[in-house]
Amino acid sequence: MKIILKDIRLLNPEQDLDKTADLLIEDGVISKIGNLEAADLNNAEVFEYENTVVVPGLFDMHVHLREPGREDEETIKSGSNAAAAGGFTSIACMPNTKPAIDSAEFVNSIIMKSANHLVEVLPVAAITPAREGDGLAPIAELVEAGAIAFSDDEKAVKNASVLRAALEYTNMYGKTVIEHCEDSDLSEGVMNESLVSTMLGLPSKPTISEEIVVMRDIALAEYTGGKLHIAHVSSKRSVELVREAKARGVNITAEVTPHHFSLTDEAVKTFDTNYRVNPPLRGKEDVEAILEGLKDGTIDCIASDHSPRAIEEKDVEFIYAADGMVGLETSLGLALSELVHKSVLDLAKLTELMAINPRKVLGLPVPKIEVGAKAELTVLDPDAVWTVDVKKFKSKSKNSPFDKKLLTGKSVAVINRGKMFTEDGFKDI
Amino acid sequence: MPLSSKHLLGMHGVPAEDLNMILDTATTFREVLERPIKKVPTLKGKTIVNLFFENSTRTRISFELAQKRLSADTINFSTSTSSTKKGETFKDTVKNIEAMKVDMIVVRHESAGVPSYLTKISDANIINAGDGRHEHPTQALLDIYSIREKLGKIAGLKVCIVGDIAHSRVALSNIYALKTLGAEVSVCGPATMIPFGMEKLGVKIIHNIDQAIAENDVLNVLRIQLERKAGTTIPSLREYHNYFGVTAERLEKNNKDILILHPGPINRGVELSSEVADGPYQIILDQVTNGVAVRMSVLYLLGTMN
Ligand SMILES: [Zn+2]
Repeated sequence: MKIILKDIRLLNPEQDLDKTADLLIEDGVISKIGNLEAADLNNAEVFEYENTVVVPGLFDMHVHLREPGREDEETIKSGSNAAAAGGFTSIACMPNTKPAIDSAEFVNSIIMKSANHLVEVLPVAAITPAREGDGLAPIAELVEAGAIAFSDDEKAVKNASVLRAALEYTNMYGKTVIEHCEDSDLSEGVMNESLVSTMLGLPSKPTISEEIVVMRDIALAEYTGGKLHIAHVSSKRSVELVREAKARGVNITAEVTPHHFSLTDEAVKTFDTNYRVNPPLRGKEDVEAILEGLKDGTIDCIASDHSPRAIEEKDVEFIYAADGMVGLETSLGLALSELVHKSVLDLAKLTELMAINPRKVLGLPVPKIEVGAKAELTVLDPDAVWTVDVKKFKSKSKNSPFDKKLLTGKSVAVINRGKMFTEDGFKDI
Repeated sequence: MPLSSKHLLGMHGVPAEDLNMILDTATTFREVLERPIKKVPTLKGKTIVNLFFENSTRTRISFELAQKRLSADTINFSTSTSSTKKGETFKDTVKNIEAMKVDMIVVRHESAGVPSYLTKISDANIINAGDGRHEHPTQALLDIYSIREKLGKIAGLKVCIVGDIAHSRVALSNIYALKTLGAEVSVCGPATMIPFGMEKLGVKIIHNIDQAIAENDVLNVLRIQLERKAGTTIPSLREYHNYFGVTAERLEKNNKDILILHPGPINRGVELSSEVADGPYQIILDQVTNGVAVRMSVLYLLGTMN
């Protein structure tokens, strides 16, 4: 099979590539870049997208699939479909399933179940058995089975000596520890601690509950030399801590979610449980610090923290509602709308944040746009104006506070593993 | 002039005209309560449900009595949230009750925001009878009514709310309404009981009970929850009483008139000493009587809006 993307901008800052050309893909491999000849057009399907950009396939390194355990909320397949619709060719899935991904069998089964899908699903395995924080999971075995990183996400590793061991042990295999930084004793709440939480009378999580663990984790990473990645950074001080640690040469990286750079805790005033998320939406100065961190490289990646929830977990009283929002299908649109179109950063920088850096953090190769390379690509239309409609989500869950929001920019096609996804669905190419 | 909202969710943002209308109307009902026949036909034919997901006999009885005095049909639905968490969801419970055609819902719940959530799933008039640590508007209204009854005004008065402000639904409602009506409001309690950013609401923060007594015309003393885990907010109830309790000795030392309110139930020997709880400055039982009148006023004004 041959497909041609005609007269299209090819952008990959990793290769210093930014030019407009025709792109020929044969049997899933890039076979020609440049002006095509008549012979190339033979039996080829030609796509003429206007004002679009081809970038390395986007990578979301923080996704919660609910298989096994809550297949009513999301399966590996439905989550992969949502990823493709959102412009992602690869995702890393978090181990807080029920049971947790803490054995080679589970890692294998996820890889097997997703093997025939366009979207590559790369399992993050638990640091500790059942994510309970006592001692190490079989890390070497998990690495061998294909775990790409380690995390007890949804909570931090409480015992510092266990985290120390995890950093030392994973580092033997060049793997990263992804920490959800939260001191659970300090954070018995349902929203950010602020004037808003005081006015709403809701129990709150102060930013210090995050920062105190970021501080501890940085100290441990510095001491052990292990690779530490801070998940969903949400506060101003956390951004500063990461910036300071990087300046000292600590082996540390960090991600932020689209909701933490596009919303503040003011949104909770509606008591709409779709705004309930962990870490909670923070204040204006936190959002400003995150934008600054995205600009200056303190923040390496944008990750959705896609957290599907059933209706009965959200359509309830605020203090009983589950945390989390789905994000795979709005992540790119929010990033383009809030960052690129508001001139916080340009498309090349966004490509780094959403395609290049997540892979670097995890020690994975970055797809190249060059002849002979496997085609793992996302085609973006940065200026397409569209309205979020949760009813059209491929995700099984609809818990997005961005429903009905007007966004500018989206993905029009993704290509990976010899498959292509467009608004017409999946097909082999 | 009707009220500006068909619900009473809180005191935040309620204009002074609405507050005054509720208070003035309550005066009329207060007179009804002194008559031999304490009943008016105003809400005849209206069905009101008291939806209590948290045990609060006092507030429920006060609402129920107010409804009966107005000749409304009243249904009480009391349940513990733990049982609804296991079985039917809140939404299903409400939908079921609404299917029986109710006009107004009075709701008490341990989660902040439930009254506003109710407005989205029900067409009835919603009255907040206390949601989490958020608001308890009729309590604030009856407190303010009682102050106005005794002191003749609200504007210019200095009112201090004493106790566990952070875990109180009464404090916020009082702060909002008192400030709207022109009072100067302060709060007094240990630092661990003052919520984040309280000063940004234009409220003075005091950590010394003698200072609070000396500086204010009115003290609204909140109940200290005995069940609060010792050591996390205060070292002990004994220490609380010794350093923040309102005692006769402290009031005498102050040597001027002061009005003491308490929303009840009182913990004698904790936030109030028994002498104060029974003493000349307190108006605790007036508050209870006024509570019925104020609730009649709210029910009447909302129930006859259209
Ligand atoms: Zn997390």
